[in-house]
Amino acid sequence: MQKTSAEIGGMGHPIKRKEDGRFIQGKGNYVDDVNLPGMVYGHMVRSPYAHARLKSINTEAAKKLPGVLAIITGEDLAKANLAWMPTLSYDKQMVLATGKVLFQAQEVAFVVAEDRYTAADAAELVEVEYEELPVLVDPHKAMDADAPLLREDRTEKNNKIFHWEVGDKAATDKAFKEAAVVSKVYALSPRCHPAPLETCGCVADFNKATEKLTVWLTSQAPHAHRTVFALVGGIPEQNIRVISPDIGGGFGNKVPVYPGYVCAVVASLTLGVPVKWIETRSENLQSTGFARDYHMTAEVAADKDGKVKAMRVKTLADHGAFNAAAQPTKFPAGLFSICTGSYEFPQAFCEVDGVYTNKAPGGIAYRCSFRVTEAAYLIERVMDVLADDLKMDPVELRQKNFIPAAKFPYQSPLGWTYDSGDYHAAMKLALDTVGYDALLKEQAEKRKKGELMGIGISSFTEIVGAGPAHSFDILGIKMFDSAEIRVHPTGKAICRMGTKSQGQGHETTYAQIVAQELGIPAKDVQVEEGDTDTAPYGLGTYASRSTPTSGAATAMAARKIREKAKKIAAFLLEASEEDLEWEPGKFSVKGAPGKSKTIQEIAFAAYTNIPPGLEAGLEAVNYYDPPNLTFPFGTYIAVVDIDKGTGEIKVRRFVAVDDCGNIINPMIVEGQIHGGLTEGFAIAFMQEITYDESGNVQGGTFMDYLVPTAVETPHWETGKTTTPSPHHPFGAKGVGESPNVGSPAAFVNAVVDALSHLGVKHIDMPITPWKVWNILKEKGLTG
Amino acid sequence: MAKKELIKIKINGKDREAMAESRLLLVHFIREALGQTGTHVGCDTSNCGACTVIVNGKTVKSCTMFAVQADGADVMTVEGLVKDGALHPLQEGFKEEHGLQCGFCTPGMLMSTYALLQKNPQPSEDEIRWGISGNLCRCTGYQNIVKAVQYASKKMAQGGVK
Repeated sequence: MQKTSAEIGGMGHPIKRKEDGRFIQGKGNYVDDVNLPGMVYGHMVRSPYAHARLKSINTEAAKKLPGVLAIITGEDLAKANLAWMPTLSYDKQMVLATGKVLFQAQEVAFVVAEDRYTAADAAELVEVEYEELPVLVDPHKAMDADAPLLREDRTEKNNKIFHWEVGDKAATDKAFKEAAVVSKVYALSPRCHPAPLETCGCVADFNKATEKLTVWLTSQAPHAHRTVFALVGGIPEQNIRVISPDIGGGFGNKVPVYPGYVCAVVASLTLGVPVKWIETRSENLQSTGFARDYHMTAEVAADKDGKVKAMRVKTLADHGAFNAAAQPTKFPAGLFSICTGSYEFPQAFCEVDGVYTNKAPGGIAYRCSFRVTEAAYLIERVMDVLADDLKMDPVELRQKNFIPAAKFPYQSPLGWTYDSGDYHAAMKLALDTVGYDALLKEQAEKRKKGELMGIGISSFTEIVGAGPAHSFDILGIKMFDSAEIRVHPTGKAICRMGTKSQGQGHETTYAQIVAQELGIPAKDVQVEEGDTDTAPYGLGTYASRSTPTSGAATAMAARKIREKAKKIAAFLLEASEEDLEWEPGKFSVKGAPGKSKTIQEIAFAAYTNIPPGLEAGLEAVNYYDPPNLTFPFGTYIAVVDIDKGTGEIKVRRFVAVDDCGNIINPMIVEGQIHGGLTEGFAIAFMQEITYDESGNVQGGTFMDYLVPTAVETPHWETGKTTTPSPHHPFGAKGVGESPNVGSPAAFVNAVVDALSHLGVKHIDMPITPWKVWNILKEKGLTG
Repeated sequence: MAKKELIKIKINGKDREAMAESRLLLVHFIREALGQTGTHVGCDTSNCGACTVIVNGKTVKSCTMFAVQADGADVMTVEGLVKDGALHPLQEGFKEEHGLQCGFCTPGMLMSTYALLQKNPQPSEDEIRWGISGNLCRCTGYQNIVKAVQYASKKMAQGGVK
C-alpha cells in the first residue's frame, strides 16, 4: 500500500482524533444531554423478586401525586399487543410484566412525570402485590425434573432454550479413545456486565402533527433498532428516525432493545410530548445485557510428545429469563466454535446447551465477537492444563501445535476458514520482549526461596467482522455494512456509515481510509454515523465489525469515486484513461509528471465542467458483504507476583503482541488494546455478578461490582506483527476486542503457574485475593 | 412538588442563579437548571467520578452534593477550562496523548487532574494514578490519561500556566 504524506494522513498515520475537540470541552452530545421543549421523564417500577406471580398493581396513590402524567403497566401494553417484544435471538421478552416476574429488577410499570424526581417518587408509590414462586438460580439444575418451570408462555414445558453442536463427534470420540494423554478442565466464564460509563437511555419524541417519531437512543445498531421499532410498533419505517448521538461506551451493552426504550416510545405516542428515560447505574447492572455465564468443560487428546489430536467441549449457557442474546441467527452459541484456537486439531466436537434461569436476560457479546472471549479463554486454559500434565513448557506445547503460517487459509475442524496468520512470529516477539528465559530462571530461584511468581501465556485467535451474508444475519437482516461518500465541489468530503462509534474513533479512522483511497486529507473528510434519516443502512458496531465491514465499504465506495475521477481527469488532461497513473491525491499522465490533476481539481470539475456523457457530482455508496470473517491473533504474556500473606496478586508486567492486519491509525489501535486489556484484567480479577439463592443480584452497584481504577490497572507493553487479511480491501482485520478476548487466559494462566508446583491446576475467575489466600491456607503456606 | 429556593453560584467565573428544590443534586442543577451538560452522571454511588466538579477549590462529586449546599460557592466545571479561547494544557494533553475514547469520563477526569496539578504541579506516575483513583474510565486503561497529565504538567511548568 502506498504511504500517503502526513498532510493527507491516510493509512498508518497516528493522527490525533477529530472527535476529541468537543469531548475535552464538555461539548459532547450524549443522550442525557438532549433536552427538548416540554420534555417529561420516565421511571421504571421494578420487581424486588426473582420469580413471583403478579397479583395486582395499584397505581392510585402514584397517580394522585402532582406532576404525574401517566403510569403504564403490562396490562395496558397488552391491549396494544405490546406487552412482549422480540429479542434479537428469536425469543421474546416482556416489556412490562404480565402474569409473573422472572428476574429481580424486571420491569413492572413505567411512570411518567414532569420531572425526574417526581417520576422516581411516584414509582415508589406504585403498590404491587406479588406471590413468591420457587426460584431457579443454578443453571445446572435448570433441566432437573423438579425444576420450577419459568417460561409458562412457551409451548415447551421446560427450561431448555437450545442444544447446539458442531464437529465430528464419532471421529472425535475415537481420537480420545486412542489418545495417550487426555487433559481436562472445567472452567467458568462468570456472569459479568460491560458497564459502560454511560448507562442506557433514550429520548422518544412523537410529533402528533407530522406523525414522525424521533428517538435519540444509546444504540450500537441504530438502523436495526429502527426496523425493530417499525415491526413491533407498527409505525411506518419512514416515520421513525433513530439518532444515536455520542455514546459513552458500549462494549455490547447497547446492542439489545430494552423495555425502557419501548416504554418511552409508548409514553410519547400517548402523551404527544418528548419522554426521556435514563437508567440509573443499578438498573443498568441489574437488568440490561449481562455477558458470559458459560459453564465450560474442555478436554484435549494428545500424544505423549504433546501433539494434539482432538478437542471435545461441553458447555452449559445461562441466558437468564429471556434469551436476549444479540447473536447471528444460525449461531445460538455465537462464534464459540472458534474454541480450537490457534492449534492444528485434526478433530473437534463442541456442544452447547442454553437454559433459562431467574436472572437478568442476555447474554450479550461483551467486547467480543459473540462468545469468542469464552472460547479463547477455554482453549488457552486447557492448553496450559495439558502442558502441566505433560510436564512440558506451555510455550513449547503451543509452538508445537500452532497452525503453521504456510497452511493458511486454514480449515478448522469446526468449520471456519482462517484467513491468515503467523502465530510463531507473534509468539517469538512476545517472548523476546518479555525476556522469557530470564523470567523462567528467576521463577526457579524464587520457588527455592518459597516466593510465588507466575508467567502466563495466551496465544489467541479471534474471529471477527461478521459477516458474510450466506451465513450471518440478525432477525433475517444480513450482516453487510455500508458507506456513502460525497465529495463537495471544493474537494472536501462527507461520508456516512451504517456503523456507530462508541469511542472507537470512527470520525478519524474512516476519514483516514478516504484519505488513503482518494488523497483527500483526512482533516477535510467529515464522518457522520448514527442518524438513520441520513446514513445508509447497516447493522452497527460490535463484534469488531466496523473496519472489516463499513471500513471495507468505505474503501470500495472511494474506489468507485476514483474510477469516475479518472474519467474526469482524462477529460481535463485530454488524455486517455489508460495513460493516467494514480498516486494518492492526483492523476498524472504517464511519463509527463507535470501534467496532472489533483482530486480537488477533479471534484470541482465534477460540478462545473462535467465531461460529456457523465453524470454530474462525485459520490458513491457501497454495501459491503465480506467474503469471509477476519481472524486477528496475538500472544500475550503476563508476569505476576503473589503475596503469600494476603493472597494479593500484582501484575508485574504484561506484554501484548497483536496482529490485526494492516493498521489504519496506530495510536488508536494502541488505545483500543490498552482499554481491552484493562477489561480483560477486570474480568480475570474483579468483575462478577452473582445471585444469592433467592435470586437477589449481588453486583448491582459500583460498590459491589468492582471495576478497576488507575491504581489497580497494570502498565501495558504493546507490540505488533502485521499479517494482512487477504480478502479485506486494505488488509485490515479489526482490533477492538482482541485484548479483551486474549488477556483473561494470560492472567489466569499466570496465577495458576505461580501455584502449579503446589498442585493447583485451575482457579475460576474472578481470581480474588480471598480465593488465592484460601488456596495458600489449604496448602499450608499462610496462617 | 416540594418548595423551591433560589440558589446563587458563581460557575466558571459567571454569577448564575436558579430555583431548586432542597433535594436537587448539584449535578442536576448544573446540567439542567444552568444548562451546562459537560458534567456527566455515571453512577448513583459516587464511585465513578464522571460528575466531578471543583467547588471552592476542592473536587466534589456533584451527584453527592445538594445544590443548596453549593449556594454562594465558586464552582468550576469542564466548561471553565478554556481561557481566552485557548485550550488548557490538560485538554491539549488528553488529545495529544489519546487520553480519551468515548469521552464520557473525560470532563470528570479533567476536573480531578486540574485539581491535582494545582496542588502538586509535578506529580509522579503513582501520584497521578492515585489522583484519578476516584474517576473510572472504561475505555482507555488509564495509561494514556497518565501521559496526558504528564504532558500538561510539563507544558504548564514551561509556560507558567495555572
